[in-house]
Parts: sequence; structure tokens; C-alpha cells
Amino acid sequence: MNAHKHDHDHNHPQDDTVYVEKTSPEARRRAPPPGIQGWGADLDPAVRPAVPKERTPPRLEVPWDAPAQQPRTVEVLHSTERPGMTPVFGTTVPPSGVSGMLRRSAFRYSENDLRHWLMLLFADRVNMVEGILDDLAHGHVPNIYAEMGGPAEWKHNRAGFMRKALIAGVVVGLIAVYVRQRRRH
Amino acid sequence: MLAMNYRGPYRVRAVNKAEPEIEHPNDAIVRVTRSCICGSDLHLYHGLVPDTRIGSCFGHEFTGIVEEVGPSVQNLKKGDHVLVPFNIFCGSCFFCQKELYSNCHNVNPEATAVGGIFGYSHTTGGYDGGQAEFVRVPMADVGPTVLPPGLDVDDAVLLTDAFPTGYQAAEMGGIREGDTVVVFGAGPVGIFAAKSAWLLGAGRVIVVDHIEYRLEFVRNYAQCEVVNFREVGDMAEHIKRMTDWLGADVCIDAVGAEAAGSALHRLTGVQTMMQAGSAIVLHWCINSVRKGGTVSIVGVYGPTFNFVPIGNALNKGLTLRMNQASVKRHLPRLIEHIQAGRIKPSEVITHRFPLDAISDAYHIFSSKLDNCIKPVLIPPSASH
Repeated sequence: MNAHKHDHDHNHPQDDTVYVEKTSPEARRRAPPPGIQGWGADLDPAVRPAVPKERTPPRLEVPWDAPAQQPRTVEVLHSTERPGMTPVFGTTVPPSGVSGMLRRSAFRYSENDLRHWLMLLFADRVNMVEGILDDLAHGHVPNIYAEMGGPAEWKHNRAGFMRKALIAGVVVGLIAVYVRQRRRH
Repeated sequence: MLAMNYRGPYRVRAVNKAEPEIEHPNDAIVRVTRSCICGSDLHLYHGLVPDTRIGSCFGHEFTGIVEEVGPSVQNLKKGDHVLVPFNIFCGSCFFCQKELYSNCHNVNPEATAVGGIFGYSHTTGGYDGGQAEFVRVPMADVGPTVLPPGLDVDDAVLLTDAFPTGYQAAEMGGIREGDTVVVFGAGPVGIFAAKSAWLLGAGRVIVVDHIEYRLEFVRNYAQCEVVNFREVGDMAEHIKRMTDWLGADVCIDAVGAEAAGSALHRLTGVQTMMQAGSAIVLHWCINSVRKGGTVSIVGVYGPTFNFVPIGNALNKGLTLRMNQASVKRHLPRLIEHIQAGRIKPSEVITHRFPLDAISDAYHIFSSKLDNCIKPVLIPPSASH
């Protein structure tokens, strides 16, 4: 260790340091630490289950040439990058309301078109408001505090809970002051 | 039945809804015994995945008991206890004939760039997920695998996604004997990628994260080195220092779209959505791997675009490998690993929640409270 004083970091290569790369590929291989359970069990590519990446014929036995067609019972949108519907599809939450109109419009554009995705994201936000209105229409006031895991935050991260509560309180207070002043004028 | 219900970003609740029905001759109805929350569910939970509709039920990691089968089902019968891969696939399309089951072309009308996934928005087919008491399982003759005797259901549920995805991440790295492998992300998938890297013959495994309890866990569970990126300066420079200044042979992205580590990427990728998620881990992978090395990506990103240093990848002659895991092709080998005692996947489970505590479960996992690594949901019908 040099005893001289200087202000540079010895770990960092300096302009005056010559670094000649000559590492032997064989020498660079590392031996694993001792006691690794199962080390190298799949070293041989022949036992690796996804080698080669594309494996034909497949090892899976499939009892059909092509899957049967699922009956259409609800509206399902499909990408313009395919000529039609798939034989199998999900039927949960079909498009509805304003968000549904936005989703139908989004599906006029291909997956390759940014508008497709931006319209879907916008539809998701509209759908969130629709969800609250739908809850209220069914006489259910959503417990947003519980839905967001408020009790868990209180239990496991009380400091964070207090910080968020404080911020929320300040924001609500400022809005209240602003609204009151607007009314006075 | 009781089921998870998405109400908007950061808002979920348990609701009672109608049980699913057979909709296709090869459907099965499965009564769920275990269901996990996956790190990728958090992208849905945070409202980042396009076409995530209010009222959807998430959950693509589940096991269950077959309650009913459609008229054409041959390989399953009522009472079978099955693990259900997160991919829905037909087994017979162009891609399935190449064993690319995660890229099946017959199960997702809404998008061609991604296959079918249970409970993962309409962008992956609009299927309900398994965070419920019952779930419709399409293509029942090809997807589900009956639990072999002696396989613990808690190990089985981790075979539906997390373990195969971590394993495939390592496998796509093309690891050769003695290679140095850097895994970004110490969540369940990163933990399994680190463990799998040893199975594939790595000589050195380094896991990078910023959450201490997860680094501590993976250091013990996978016997690897760990780096807290908050404690180092420049990530690529740090990895170069650790690897004789050449870089790692293989870098794995097991984080995806919501990565911490760069204020710029958080702003553009998460807060303002100007790119399809924070791409900082892709930067770190490309810039930390050695020339001629391999970057393997299993972290999930959105469908639009990301800012990545593709020029460096070109100039370094990198191989970029990525995909959703084709779970079914991995299962026989991974079950062998469990049965041989080489790995016990269920050791990553830290939390068990009744299904009706879904709101707290999501919040605890999302906010990484209470040292949570992997939460499992237990439906009421499976809790006794």
C-alpha cells in the first residue's frame, strides 16, 4: 500500500494507467462455491427443456387438429392484425358504456398504432369512473380506504400511513380554503 | 362464489359473483385450492396494462380441483388436483407446434403480440383469473397438469409461473459452465432465476436489488452474491469492477416495467407513461454484460415502446433473448428437480391470506410491507 498522499481513487483507472486486456477465456470460468445443491444438473443442453427454442414436432400430445369453435355469447373485440376471431376467447366484462365506445374505437387501429393503446388506457380511466357510478347506482358506497389496503398500511407502515394522511389533510384543507375564498369574492 | 374484483388503480376488493360455466367443449371448471399474487399482477393493479377493465378478476398462478369438464375433455376428470400453467394455449397452432406455448395464436383475439393468460386484462384474451373460488380453464386437455403423488400443493402453485419463468430466464441466458450471471431483481422470479443459474452450471451468480430483506433472502436461499444498487455508484461500472472489467457473461432482467433505480425512467416510464415502463434494468443489462454476452428478459413491459440503448447492444454483439415462459414444456424437468430435492419452491412463500383479505394482500405485496416476498391466497373452500 502506498503511503503517499493523493486525492484520486486507487480503484479507478487513471489516464496514466495502462490496462492491457489478455484474459484467457478458460481461466475466466469460475468454479461454483461449495455445496450448491444440484449444481450443473442441467449443464448439458440435451436435458434443458426449452432447447432448442423452436422444437418440432412438439412433445405434447394434442387430441385435435384444430380446437373447436367457442360460441359467441358476448361482444368480443379482435385485433386488426388477424383476419377474424380466435376459436377460444375470454368472455369476462364485455365492453360497455362510454369506455366500451372508446374500446371499440381503439380496435379500429392496429396493435402497431400508438393510438390503439392510448385510447385503451384512456378507456380504462373512464371505466374507473363508470365503476364508481355503477357502485353508487346499486346503492353501494365503495370503501376506497379498505379497497386500497388502508388497514394493512396502518398495521405495517404506520409512519407511511401518517405521512399520507397528513398530505391528504393538507391538500383537502387547501382546497377548502380556496373554495371558501372564491365564494367570498 | 367469492372472487377478487378490480375497481381501478390500487383498488381491489372481494365480491360475490356467479360461478363460471363451461363455454367451450374443452373447458374445465376448477375449484381453486391455492392462488398467488404475481409481481406482474402489480402492473395491472397499478393501472399500467391497457384494456384492464373494471370488474375483472386477476390471478394466473393457481392450482385447483376439477369440478366439471366439457364434453370433449379426455385427459382430465372430476376430482383431479391440477396445476394450471398461466398460459392458455391450443397445442396445435403454428407456434404451439414449435412448443412456443406462451405465443399461441388461437386463444387471444384482442392481440397478436401476446398469447392468452388467465386474469391478465383483455390484452391477453379477457379471461377471468384464479383469485377466486372457481375458474374456467379453457383447453383443459393440453394446459393443466395433474399433480404427481407427493408433490406439495404449495410447490405446485409456484410451478404455474414463478419457478418456470425464473428457470426459463436462466435457460435463455445460454449459461455455460463457469459463467458469471447477474440477475436484476430479487423478487420470486429473480430468486428462481438465481437458483436455476446454478442448475445450469453457472460459476458465479450475483443478484441486484435495493430491498435489503429480499437481498438477504436470496443470499441465503440461492447462495449467491448480492448487490444493493443504492449502495453503488454506476451500475455498469460496478459490475465491470466485479468481473475483471469485462462484464458478466449473462444478464437477466427479472424486474420489468416498474423498476426503481432511475428518476428519469420512473418519470417517463411509470408516472407519465411516455414509455412502456421504466427501462433502467434493460440499460443495466445491456451495459453490464460482456461483449458477445447474452441478455435474457422476463420482466414485463407494455406494448408501445421503451428507451433502450440498442446501439450498445449492436456494437457489443449481444444476444437478446426474451419471452413469456412456456410453462408446460418446463414442467416435467422442474418437477424432477423438486422431487430430487434440488429446490423447494414453496420456501419463497412468506404470506398466506384468506381470499377475502385481497385488498390488504395486494397492498402489502405492492408496497413490500412486512418483508413480503410471495403471497398466497386461500379460498374459503380450501381453508379447512
